[in-house]
Amino acid sequence: MAVMQLQHVNVKLLVKNPEEVDLGPLIPVFHSWIQGQIMEELLLDVADYRHVPAGPGVVLVGHQANYSVDNTDEHLGVRYNRKTVVNGSNQDALRQAMRASLIACQRLESEPSLEGKLRFNGQEVEFFINDRLLAPNRDAARETFHSDFETFFEKLFRGSEYSLSYTSELRKLFGFSLKTSRVFATADLLANLNA
Amino acid sequence: MKASNSLWQKELAGKMPDALAREIDIFETEITLRKQGKLEERLFAETRLRKGVYGQRYDNGQRHDGRKVQEMAYPSELTKGLNTMWDAPGMQRIKIPAGGLNAHQLETLAELAEEYSDGIAHVTTRQDFQLHYVHIDDTPSLMRRLAAANITTREACGNSVRNVTACPYAGVCPDEVFDVTPFARALSKFLLGHPDCQNFGRKFKPSFSGCGQHACGLASMHDLGLIAVQGTENRERKIGFEMYVGGGLGAVPYQAKLFDPFVPPEELLPLAQAIGRVFAKYGEKKNRSRARIKFLIQDLGIEKFRKLVLEERKNLPPDPRWTEYVESAAAFTEAPLKPAGNKPLLGSTDFQRWLETNTRPQKQEGYSVITIALPLGDITANQLRALADVARRFTNETIRTTVEQNIVLRWISQNDLAELWRALQAAGLAYPGAETILDIVTCPGTDTCKLGISSSRGLAAELRKRLAEKNFQFDEAVQNLHIKISGCFNSCGQHHVADLGFYGVSRKMAGYAVPHFQVVLGGEWTHNAASYGMPVMAVPSKHIPEVVTRLVDRYAAGRKNGEAFKDFIKRIGKAELKSLLEDLARSPADPTDRSIFTDWGDPREYSLEDLGVGECAGEVVSAVDFDLAGAEREVFEAQVAWDNGQADTAGRLAYQAMLLAARGLVKLEYPNISQDSDQIVGEFRTRFYDTQKFFDPFAGGKFAHYLFAAQQRSQRPHTADSARYLIDEAHLFVEAAHSCYQRMGKPVGV
Repeated sequence: MAVMQLQHVNVKLLVKNPEEVDLGPLIPVFHSWIQGQIMEELLLDVADYRHVPAGPGVVLVGHQANYSVDNTDEHLGVRYNRKTVVNGSNQDALRQAMRASLIACQRLESEPSLEGKLRFNGQEVEFFINDRLLAPNRDAARETFHSDFETFFEKLFRGSEYSLSYTSELRKLFGFSLKTSRVFATADLLANLNA
Repeated sequence: MKASNSLWQKELAGKMPDALAREIDIFETEITLRKQGKLEERLFAETRLRKGVYGQRYDNGQRHDGRKVQEMAYPSELTKGLNTMWDAPGMQRIKIPAGGLNAHQLETLAELAEEYSDGIAHVTTRQDFQLHYVHIDDTPSLMRRLAAANITTREACGNSVRNVTACPYAGVCPDEVFDVTPFARALSKFLLGHPDCQNFGRKFKPSFSGCGQHACGLASMHDLGLIAVQGTENRERKIGFEMYVGGGLGAVPYQAKLFDPFVPPEELLPLAQAIGRVFAKYGEKKNRSRARIKFLIQDLGIEKFRKLVLEERKNLPPDPRWTEYVESAAAFTEAPLKPAGNKPLLGSTDFQRWLETNTRPQKQEGYSVITIALPLGDITANQLRALADVARRFTNETIRTTVEQNIVLRWISQNDLAELWRALQAAGLAYPGAETILDIVTCPGTDTCKLGISSSRGLAAELRKRLAEKNFQFDEAVQNLHIKISGCFNSCGQHHVADLGFYGVSRKMAGYAVPHFQVVLGGEWTHNAASYGMPVMAVPSKHIPEVVTRLVDRYAAGRKNGEAFKDFIKRIGKAELKSLLEDLARSPADPTDRSIFTDWGDPREYSLEDLGVGECAGEVVSAVDFDLAGAEREVFEAQVAWDNGQADTAGRLAYQAMLLAARGLVKLEYPNISQDSDQIVGEFRTRFYDTQKFFDPFAGGKFAHYLFAAQQRSQRPHTADSARYLIDEAHLFVEAAHSCYQRMGKPVGV
């Protein structure tokens, strides 16, 4: 077994009132992001999977990472999928992905063409490690990384309570869903991250 | 890209078939050599294509963003082919012979789609899977994980024998003559990496059908089409194949020609091998647009082609593999998991609709084949896992992909149909309307293909949405129409064999480029794609849904009893079709309507700036080029072994490198050369040393003596010094082989 480490971190911020979100208008928005190359990553293309139920939705494909509004497991959320390696500690990898997802979500929340319909629900976040060799979905990974997660969320939520539930289906990526007791805005979480 | 890339080789050691593991190690070394500038771009491109590692749109480093062409600032300036940036995401094609899969393989594909792609696996019109947006650095790990599930990507692209397709209902179809599955698998295994199939000017696609009347195998549009037939010999039933050659779609479609009305199983593999030899020897190499075997057959005529193949067949050295599979093929069978049952009579409307369009009875009473209709051929990682569970729960994992980009499950006890439907529904896999007008086939088009002109997937998604609303209001004849869409004239969406076919073209309107589709009507899907459709006119992409509406309505209202769409189109004629559709070919009446200047699903102003150079044709690289590149790779590996203190391995690899280079040269004159080192050195001495062809203008026969000396001491162990000397000599010998080959002028047909 390879040495376990947190790389290829995925963060998904679940959105409020998902039934009201139309993914169609996201396509021109993501194209405009490519036009402006407005994110830190090199943005390449837009993939439209709206025709697939409970699928990746609309994906903004980048070199270092993909952004998407993803409906996997019928949980609609703004997802950041880190593809290239992030140098540094596990905390660095978590912080990088969380920050990127929050910035993307914030941009979408304020995007005029989306009419404010896409908003973080303030409480639910999903994390996945998109590499089964570095982080297999087994007890060992949970034991290895749990303290990393605790440290990270202690800072992110400023001590607010949260519940964390690991993905039980062993064939799926190692990951968990998390729900906070209080509601956070994306700006609050970004501020906490940067503090 | 993945942090784990360096770890999978060790992780999966011993879990992959040796041959596949070795091939992937070689490919990884070739990647290393390319990064070091030691493998030239053209050769590397064909090497990766033959591993199924394909380019994708925008990989030339440019993309039209709707306003201007944007240079994509990829981190590396390295290329993986002509104008193909290393870091640009690409497509990985995965071969699935005869479309056959088991549950574990589905789970593996799910993992790979998540970890290396964008969470989607795509079923192609040739029963392959494709993953998009894959980084080339990830491909060795991806291939190793496939190999551990007994799947290869070898020769999935490039100028090689592509996936061997077969009717997905083989073995269970009531109309078949016999089950072609084991024959398709045997041919696939036999031709994979076969030395006689390494030197084609273009790709070569085989296909098997269990009968002549249905479409499932599409034998008429393949380079090699095989249809199950039976004859009698001494009053005994004997099975065999009608063998067709030279079919193909592409810009100008060709119907395959009958090569032999009855090929017995024991002649199937040698005849295919002989055809491969003739194609390699006489097929066009320089002009890519005339390099498919269909052009060779057209130029020679089927009689002369047949004569050449049969002569070649006589000269083939016997190979036990030709016949050793036949006995087991005859005994091949699949078993059900559950006892036979009865079809349910009751159920919801949704269930009844699904039952009507997505199930068909097997020839084995009490069992059904069910079709999972995949929208645009796409399936998510979660759905793949759910399907694996369903396959384990209801069948003995008897899963096949289809050429209509769907997946079928065979051997479903009819008692289980309702329960199975519920399980599929929970996974979002119970769409009704399989193989109806709703089940639209499409190539990737401008979404990811470098050659795409119009958005075939965008159009398919739009049509699917509109037709879904009224599909079940149509009568059966309309429901059974087939729509197929290609993003360009190259026919990957098989538009020629659809009732309503479309392929992407571009036209100018008001001084601007406008995405269009050429409307192709009246192709025949049944009888193994027996006839091709007729282009009618080009219409802006945004008007195509209206084209479909008008044609469908006209057919529904005007067809005579039982008249097929093809016959209807022929009867009403081009003049009426023109008057029916011509207003749609014009610009919109409202000059402020800019919608036609964009394509379906893509808000950017339409542009042809993103068109690239296709890689379907691959690079024409001769077998000798590959052998010499292989020899260089062996020398490189020898150096690595020497650096790691493995002197004996290093010496052995250096000697192997010389043998590989020598064998490559010998094959120019003697294609049947074996792998035996004594024979290689003997033939090399006779043909290249004694004749002085190998002699260097300055050094004479010096480098050949390195080989002869290495052979003499090949049984002795190597010291660090002897291995070091031998590596240097191998370098020089391989260089001399390159020079020799260049002096010989790289003859075409080798």
